[in-house]
Amino acid sequence: MKIEQIQDEIVDEFAMFEDWMQRYEYMIDLGKSLPLIEEQYKTDDNIIRGCQSKVWVHAELEDNKLVFTADSDAIITKGIIAILIRAFSNQKPADIIEANTNFIDEIGLKEHLSATRANGLVSMIKQIKLYAVAYQTQLK
Amino acid sequence: MLDVLKIRKDFPILNREVNGKPLVYFDNAATSQTPQHVIDVIVDYYQNYNANIHRGVHTLSQEATDKYEQARAIIQKHFNAAKAHEIILTSGTTHSINIVANGFSSLLEKGDEILVSALEHHSNIVPWQMLCERTGAILKVIPMNQEGELLMDVYDELLSDKTKLVFCNHISNALGTINPIEEIIDKAHKVGAAVLIDGAQAAPHVKADMQALDVDFYTISAHKVCGPTGAGMLYGKEEWLNKLPPYQGGGEMIAEVTFEKTTYADLPHKFEAGTPNICGGIAFGAALDYMNAIGFDEIESYENELLAYGTAKLLEIEGLKIYGTTANKTSVISFNIEGVHPYDMGSILDKLGVAVRTGHHCAQPIMDFFKIPGTVRASFSFYNTKEEIDTLVDGVRTAMKMLS
Repeated sequence: MKIEQIQDEIVDEFAMFEDWMQRYEYMIDLGKSLPLIEEQYKTDDNIIRGCQSKVWVHAELEDNKLVFTADSDAIITKGIIAILIRAFSNQKPADIIEANTNFIDEIGLKEHLSATRANGLVSMIKQIKLYAVAYQTQLK
Repeated sequence: MLDVLKIRKDFPILNREVNGKPLVYFDNAATSQTPQHVIDVIVDYYQNYNANIHRGVHTLSQEATDKYEQARAIIQKHFNAAKAHEIILTSGTTHSINIVANGFSSLLEKGDEILVSALEHHSNIVPWQMLCERTGAILKVIPMNQEGELLMDVYDELLSDKTKLVFCNHISNALGTINPIEEIIDKAHKVGAAVLIDGAQAAPHVKADMQALDVDFYTISAHKVCGPTGAGMLYGKEEWLNKLPPYQGGGEMIAEVTFEKTTYADLPHKFEAGTPNICGGIAFGAALDYMNAIGFDEIESYENELLAYGTAKLLEIEGLKIYGTTANKTSVISFNIEGVHPYDMGSILDKLGVAVRTGHHCAQPIMDFFKIPGTVRASFSFYNTKEEIDTLVDGVRTAMKMLS
């Protein structure tokens, strides 16, 4: 499936929830199902620097597609990264670079984009895109 | 007796909703809210007498200068400083500390020692580390115990004739511990060391008397005492302030300038280069007036009541651990729940309208000491209520259910 289609699917899922509590509970469940990073990659180099919770992201190229694994010590953060991984994992680096991230607003997670949540989405998205750029260069 | 319902009417922000819920503001240790009285003073300044101070001969400038100097006098009286010019108006605690740290660059020699408490905020660690890098002085740490109390016997051992400076906060921002500053100051003076006490967290709870404490430097931020951000105070004993070189060069801090030589202005202007936060300084004075009208004894006893109530209620929750358990503390409760990350707890509490601080509270060494990533910190002010504490406790239980 293309990134855009997956994002639409996520937006549809979140549209079913009536309030924030259901959304958060769903995110917490997603967090528990996150494809976990292997312990050997849980290094300081792979930490996305943030103020509040630790996030590790690792990327590997398989059949010219990027596969992401991750972990965090906070469960809501794990949920957020799980959503991102669902949207961007198993995709070609070029497509990841091109993809927009408007779906974040649409699923009501905009508050995690603010600068005070420094561990938040912005740095995770940036890291995912940086991986894509790095591997794209390698592919060329 | 403090009439909290009447007091709450002074704070317009307490009427607002957050995420559809009435705001419960428990992040007072980060910044306090602003009463209408102070907001009015700020509006009045910009509507009626906004002008640059200490230079114009015109009426507005005179009026603004008078009000600014009146504010300095209010602050002097509040802290019982011997002289008005011992009050340097700054942009806040960090600025105040940097003035002193920078000034000591020229007074320290290689091998001199600086003692800093283990309970410090980053703003009270980093400037001294930088000072040590510049001068070759050595930074030593006064350790603490599991209750978050400083080990005074180790302090005694650390003190020597090499000690030139001791830095300690009056009250810890992360744990709420009230430090034995009288003893710290007294013992430091016996070996000839100067003492800087960071009063940022103490100022909203207790009135510190500069002359009784005999402290050399004391710093606070206006926004912790119902004033605006970007204003604060450095108190320094006259003899010390005269010894320190100026921090920044610029207008207003000079007596005479030629291209060959500049002579510095007298205190306090020597440390007040450039146009200050005039409105902020005036509002700072107004904020202290507001708090004094309520009375610090009343504030302290009411906040202690909130602390006791909150501590008892939170400890009813299974798996909840409080960090900072000394009997001698202010209305700050730093806690964690087994298996729950503070960030998750804070995010859900926010959804319930409860504002708490989560994270390391700019005191990473304290978090390292307890081997935790951070805490959830609820800090109570005199305008908070027991009902709000109940909302917090219910919120914690809701979050625990969601996160389990």
